[in-house]
Amino acid sequence: MKAKFLVPLVIFLALAGFLAYGLKLNPREVPSPLVGKPAPAFSVAQLQAPEASFSSADMRGQVWLLNVWASWCVSCRQEHPLLVELGRRGVVPVVGLNYKDGRADALDYLVRHGNPYTTIAVDPEGKVGFDYGVYGTPETFLIDREGVIRYKHIGPLTREHFERVLMPMITELSRAG
Amino acid sequence: MIAELGHFALILALVLACVQAVVPLVGAQQNRYALMAVGRPAAQAQLFFLLFAYGCLTWAFVTSDFTVRLAAVNSHTATPLIYKITGVWGNHEGSLLLWAASLSLWTVAVTIFSRDLPEAFMARVLGVLGAISAGFVSFTLFTSNPFTRLLPAAAEGRDLNPLLQDPGMIIHPPLLYMGYVGFSVAFAFAIAALLSGRLDAAWARWSRPWTTAAWVFLTAGIAVGSGWAYYELGWGGWWFWDPVENASFMPWLLGTALIHSLAVTEKRGAFRNWTVLLAISAFSMSLLGTFLVRSGVITSVHAFATDPARGLYILVLLVLVIGISLTLFAWRAPRLTGGGSFALMSRESTLLGNNVLFAVVTGAVLLGTLYPLFLDALNMGKISVGPPYFEAVFVPLMVPVVVLMVIGPFVRWKNDDSARIVRRLAPGAIVSVLLGVGLAVVVGNFTWRTVLGLALAAWVLIGSVQLLRARVAERPGAAAGAGVRLRGIPAAWWGMWLAHLGVGVFIIGVTMVGSLESELDVRMKDGQTARLAGYTFTFRGVVDAPGPNYLAARATIEVARGERQIATLTPEKRLYLAQQMPMTEASLDIGPFRDVYVSLGDELEDGSWIVSLYHKPFISWIWLGCTLMGVGGICAAADRRYRRLAERRVPAAATQSA
Amino acid sequence: MKARNKRLLLVGGGVALLVAAVALVLTAFQQNLVFFHTPSEVYEGKAPTGRAFRIGGMVEEGSIRREADGLTVSFAITDTAKVIPVTYRGTLPDLFQEGKGAVVQGMLDAGGHFRATEVLAKHDENYMPVEAQYAIDQAHKAAQTVQQ
Repeated sequence: MKAKFLVPLVIFLALAGFLAYGLKLNPREVPSPLVGKPAPAFSVAQLQAPEASFSSADMRGQVWLLNVWASWCVSCRQEHPLLVELGRRGVVPVVGLNYKDGRADALDYLVRHGNPYTTIAVDPEGKVGFDYGVYGTPETFLIDREGVIRYKHIGPLTREHFERVLMPMITELSRAG
Repeated sequence: MIAELGHFALILALVLACVQAVVPLVGAQQNRYALMAVGRPAAQAQLFFLLFAYGCLTWAFVTSDFTVRLAAVNSHTATPLIYKITGVWGNHEGSLLLWAASLSLWTVAVTIFSRDLPEAFMARVLGVLGAISAGFVSFTLFTSNPFTRLLPAAAEGRDLNPLLQDPGMIIHPPLLYMGYVGFSVAFAFAIAALLSGRLDAAWARWSRPWTTAAWVFLTAGIAVGSGWAYYELGWGGWWFWDPVENASFMPWLLGTALIHSLAVTEKRGAFRNWTVLLAISAFSMSLLGTFLVRSGVITSVHAFATDPARGLYILVLLVLVIGISLTLFAWRAPRLTGGGSFALMSRESTLLGNNVLFAVVTGAVLLGTLYPLFLDALNMGKISVGPPYFEAVFVPLMVPVVVLMVIGPFVRWKNDDSARIVRRLAPGAIVSVLLGVGLAVVVGNFTWRTVLGLALAAWVLIGSVQLLRARVAERPGAAAGAGVRLRGIPAAWWGMWLAHLGVGVFIIGVTMVGSLESELDVRMKDGQTARLAGYTFTFRGVVDAPGPNYLAARATIEVARGERQIATLTPEKRLYLAQQMPMTEASLDIGPFRDVYVSLGDELEDGSWIVSLYHKPFISWIWLGCTLMGVGGICAAADRRYRRLAERRVPAAATQSA
Repeated sequence: MKARNKRLLLVGGGVALLVAAVALVLTAFQQNLVFFHTPSEVYEGKAPTGRAFRIGGMVEEGSIRREADGLTVSFAITDTAKVIPVTYRGTLPDLFQEGKGAVVQGMLDAGGHFRATEVLAKHDENYMPVEAQYAIDQAHKAAQTVQQ
């Protein structure tokens, strides 16, 4: 007879369990095994100067962002204005990784939406992306002076997220050493 | 500097909330009056600091201080002043601060209006409210600080979401929050009663006005929100069964059940367990609503930028608050059985039926809201549950509720004669069914839905008239004139009568709009006309009409009925500059028996425009019905009876608990 | 009436009500659940015919076309892997644009053409319909699996 008064509690706890699980499902928080590890080295052609190459080693000694994008990517367009603004303000060097894209399409995209990147590496077959564990565009990696990945963001960067999470890390990393 | 002052005030408020949560509860347990007395000043000081913090944040918005991140993200120098002020709660952090401030406002209201409560009981109530406040203020401070600086400052703000730049949005969130948070008072009373083991008629009497007041705010908030959706979203719908709408509707359903259950507990001492459980559940639904909106578990129109860390914090808060109260319930409730017995045909039975149905409806809505999440969690595919589900479940379950609502007030407490009730109500019921059928034929929409809706509404109205006559006739000392006898009826009774009448009016609105509305999408050029539901719409071109923070194309459309010119409507297509966001601004001619609603679509290559025309019969009756319910609630909460606490601390009808 | 009988009647009534409510909920679910499919799934024939469902993805660049009546719109929705043509008659949401995310609800006709009854776009510039994002992510995962 007394057990019946426990029914509401039990129902509620089951519900809370589901809600907790629902929180975990949120796709925006995917931990990356690469964070804290050295960024995979690569050396590929540049988008605007196909004869020249870009190597990740070129960025040694700088704190930089690697932004994976493509002209076919919808979400990239959402974060693009923010990147353009970062590029203009010179907050941090942003290297673009043009992912599984056509050269003409990519250049056309930059003409239309602006070019926020200091350099753009091309990755037409997604090989570099594979090394970096890219599973969708856009993704953004924060890499420190020693070439270690410090943070990975999946999906479009929002201004709020940038100011709240990335900017403090960039400031911190630039100051250190 | 102002922002830091606000931040500091918020920290002080948190400290005070913790004091208010702990000291009075300890005092009540040890029966030490000095400790119990700490509650009131702590609550009042907390309100002062929360309002101060709120003022500081508003100041940052009004002066366009874009070194405050929140202002930079949600305001703009060109935003009209009123939307700078309302922009404060048009975002996650600000709305939490508003949540905390409303809770504090309710707490202080309790210390003022219920000052005659026994000291120990008051101390427990304040302790519970303080604990909730501590949870929310710390949530604000630790995960969502509204005073975070943005350095270097943004040159210009990003403006408030244009959808929220609307007069309806000025009052919708504060009303809704006052409603949500208001159930915390009923909750605190219930927990205090469980703690003291004193769950009697007096407790129900103390809770009633507070529950009703919260319910009034919630009713108003939901009604205003639905009105906003009606004219701002641009296609004339007024309820979408959106997860966040459901989040506000579930506490309303349970709150309605609670109001009725409290009546039984007060008058007859029955249903005490059930009433306590409802008080806990109604507030739990408010918290769950907050969780759903804030955690990003469910995305919808209303979801602000979401964050799983915040979701986790609220979930923990949810589990603590609800988990502890339900455990307390399981521990104390077995001692609370009993109360006045009643026969199958009695007022108690009708109210019990109403309560059970409301609880079942809430469960069905909850299931529909969370089901997509369950399936996703079990990896069984992504689905959405749309309005058809909710309508299919809601209507059949609410029909018996309305029937009980008509019957209930005629039935006597404890025991009544079924034959008497049937004799009393059958004629009205038969007339109503005939009216429903007749009216459906007259309006040319003979569907079961129309017949049912109109018959039910007719019965509610007929029943209301009968009820009023019966009440006047039955009053003791009936020798006096009808006017005197009308004035002798207590406000609480009028409240019940008006609210029930409001339900009838509401049903008329819903039925007529659902059955008879019509719409037409047309392409129109200068001088062209279109016809809909007997109205002629003439397109008179489009001009530029820029606003303070947007560009707009404004069309002029003349509406005529026959030869008579009725209105000139000016729907707009706006482009809000800061966010480059297009917006449709509909234009309405509102009338008592119909709205004519026009919204502007896209421009085509040949210079013509797509225009959507809507005819919405009786739609204002929906909000008229809600207004009547709200006014009824105000009457009921304001009844003199509740203000004579001191004189009747232990009413005769009380059945003392074990 | 005896207390025992009354109690029985009340409990019986409650159980009957609950059973009715559960039956109601189940039938309503049966008839009104709207499943979600990505354009790739629709292409592979995994979507139902004769029943409404949702497709999410992005509106393909250059695909929006208005029919002669000016009201019927045709466009294509894609998860970047497969493209599904859609027609819709009515007013489009404010934020419906080429190259942006959208979710459409409707039915497949006999010719494999999707007739939408409802078009949902995002509500502000930060919000991409989750379902649209999901479809694109799925397509990319699939593309990568093939590559590996």
